[in-house]
Amino acid sequence: MERQAAVQDLAGLECVYERPGTLTDTRLHYCPGCGHGVVHRVLMEAIEELGIQETTVGVAPVGCSVFAYNYLNIDMQEAAHGRASAVATAVKRILPDRYVFAYQGDGDLAAIGTAETIHTANRGENILVVFINNAIYGMTGGQMAPTTLLGMTTTTSPAGRTVETAGYPLKITEIVATLPGVCYASRNSVHTPGAVRHLKKAVLKSFQYQKEKRGMCFIEVVSNCPSGWKMTPLEANRWMAEHMFPLYPPGELKAPK
Amino acid sequence: MSDAKLMKGNEALAEAAIRAGCNAYFGYPITPQSEILEYLAGEGRKRGMIVLLVVNVNRGGPGLGTIQPSQGDYFQATKGGGHGDYRLIVLAPASVQEMADFVFDAFDLADTYRTPVMILADGALGQMMEKVAFRDYVPAEHIPPKPWATTGKPKARERNIITSLHIEPEKMEQINLRLQEKYRRIAAAETRCEHFHTDDAEYLLVAYGLAARIAQGAVEMARARGIRAGLLRPVTLFPWPTAAVRTLAGRVKGVLVVEMNAGQMVEDVRLAVEGRTPVSFHGRMGGIIPSPDEVLAALEAMAGERVPQHEEAL
Amino acid sequence: MPIKGTVAFAVETCKGCELCIDACPQESLALSQEINLQGYHYAVLVKDNCTGCVNCALVCPDAVITVYRENRKKDRVPVATISNVRGNVTVTLDDERKNP
Repeated sequence: MERQAAVQDLAGLECVYERPGTLTDTRLHYCPGCGHGVVHRVLMEAIEELGIQETTVGVAPVGCSVFAYNYLNIDMQEAAHGRASAVATAVKRILPDRYVFAYQGDGDLAAIGTAETIHTANRGENILVVFINNAIYGMTGGQMAPTTLLGMTTTTSPAGRTVETAGYPLKITEIVATLPGVCYASRNSVHTPGAVRHLKKAVLKSFQYQKEKRGMCFIEVVSNCPSGWKMTPLEANRWMAEHMFPLYPPGELKAPK
Repeated sequence: MSDAKLMKGNEALAEAAIRAGCNAYFGYPITPQSEILEYLAGEGRKRGMIVLLVVNVNRGGPGLGTIQPSQGDYFQATKGGGHGDYRLIVLAPASVQEMADFVFDAFDLADTYRTPVMILADGALGQMMEKVAFRDYVPAEHIPPKPWATTGKPKARERNIITSLHIEPEKMEQINLRLQEKYRRIAAAETRCEHFHTDDAEYLLVAYGLAARIAQGAVEMARARGIRAGLLRPVTLFPWPTAAVRTLAGRVKGVLVVEMNAGQMVEDVRLAVEGRTPVSFHGRMGGIIPSPDEVLAALEAMAGERVPQHEEAL
Repeated sequence: MPIKGTVAFAVETCKGCELCIDACPQESLALSQEINLQGYHYAVLVKDNCTGCVNCALVCPDAVITVYRENRKKDRVPVATISNVRGNVTVTLDDERKNP
């Protein structure tokens, strides 16, 4: 990777932020401005700061982030569509001293993987589930997802989603948060610097709770899909804040006392 | 008949389903078939028919695999992807026109025999664009009525139960015998294959779907070089054209099976040939499509008894 | 006096998504007229008022940005160490700092 020389020289300046060493050097394939990249980075910053790169195992989903294992420099498994939390369960049960997380999109976690998600949460597996919710199937070209908003246009809801044909957007995080096996449930975003900092805190807390065997930690990241939504990254983030946050409001839904 | 349009295979299939009166579609996004879902969501209309048509747009495997085309699901489609002694009628299109035409056939077959039908395509057929003309759908004659359907029980009849659970083994055997008899009837009446230069062929190629298009190219190239090659293209993969292959096997010096997998239909070819003549195989995996040149090379190797590069010694 | 900072971009990795440009409170960033090997107009620093606040790096999806900032704290010298505090503590400094 080339580095551009800064406009000013670096005399008297110290480095206060650089890319975490726990990311690989592989260029991300995600669309420009996609939230996946920020979440990957935040996860790996946390893993670097906690010094747990060698004791963490991640599970990748099917979806845009199916290639997550190319970017995160930790041992990882690929799960069949929807089953990342089941695979993560197996890893954690067999290697209970590792930090284990499943990383999934809304199609993976809340459509085909709904059963696994509910039951992993209900069993209170000591893992972190990271749920990227952009209300669409990005990888396959922008089809409707369970979390797609009413009225939202996708390739399989070309006239806008209606209750009659497709029911209501699914608020899976609220459902999962009611289960006693879940110790921590948070909804975050990555569209502003402050939101990114909140996400980092949530991730650090989750790894701490995992160490303390408190139960499952569930972090939803409300995110964008510039390609699927047919917007620029900036437009997508503004649209997300205006239209998705009313239904999926950021905040901590559940936290240990 | 509509004017010819240029359409993707997946879209042609979906348009044909609408014209055939499909009134319900249940699907999920996955490459290389998501266009079927999108087309039906946008263009679909309701009409009054109940059938079961399953479409598999085969991609490379195993597991998550790749999004490139493959024929690796032949076993799953024809030998049973599920539990018990059942068979699906399996149709294998080889062009965008057949992607459309076979939908009408599939609806009729499913209705006539009350059995699920699968269209087994591949990622190339689903994505490629060719001319397609849609004929008007006219349901086949002799489609039996459906008094067995669960539509709500009027006073005048006993209740309808649709189940596959039959705990008493004697009853289960009877049902299985009935199914097997149905499959024999299907095999007798519905087996389809296509012949290309087989009348005077000294060497026979057997291939289905996209592989048949490629094999056809190789046959033409072989003929130009003086090798009398022919192609038998199974159109129904169940019921399989055993009789046609057996007959031809008695007349040729060798059979070359071409597939986009590790060798699946070749087993059915060997069963049909039953040792009458040598059977060779040429296949590519991982989503790679063989070229007519490499098929020709395999054919020439068989004809000249040289060992070609990609042949599996099965 | 505002804190001085600067940023460096990994030019070939930047996808020109403009999220950093929007996040910069100093409006110091813009897309270059040039394109990188991927064909993207990459982000560049266009003013010299960067404070090294890290906002841009926080929102960057491709971890393209390295942030530098001057450290003023290193000029400070500790004058006392306080430990074992049990209650309220009053500290009186008895040197020229109190009476400049």
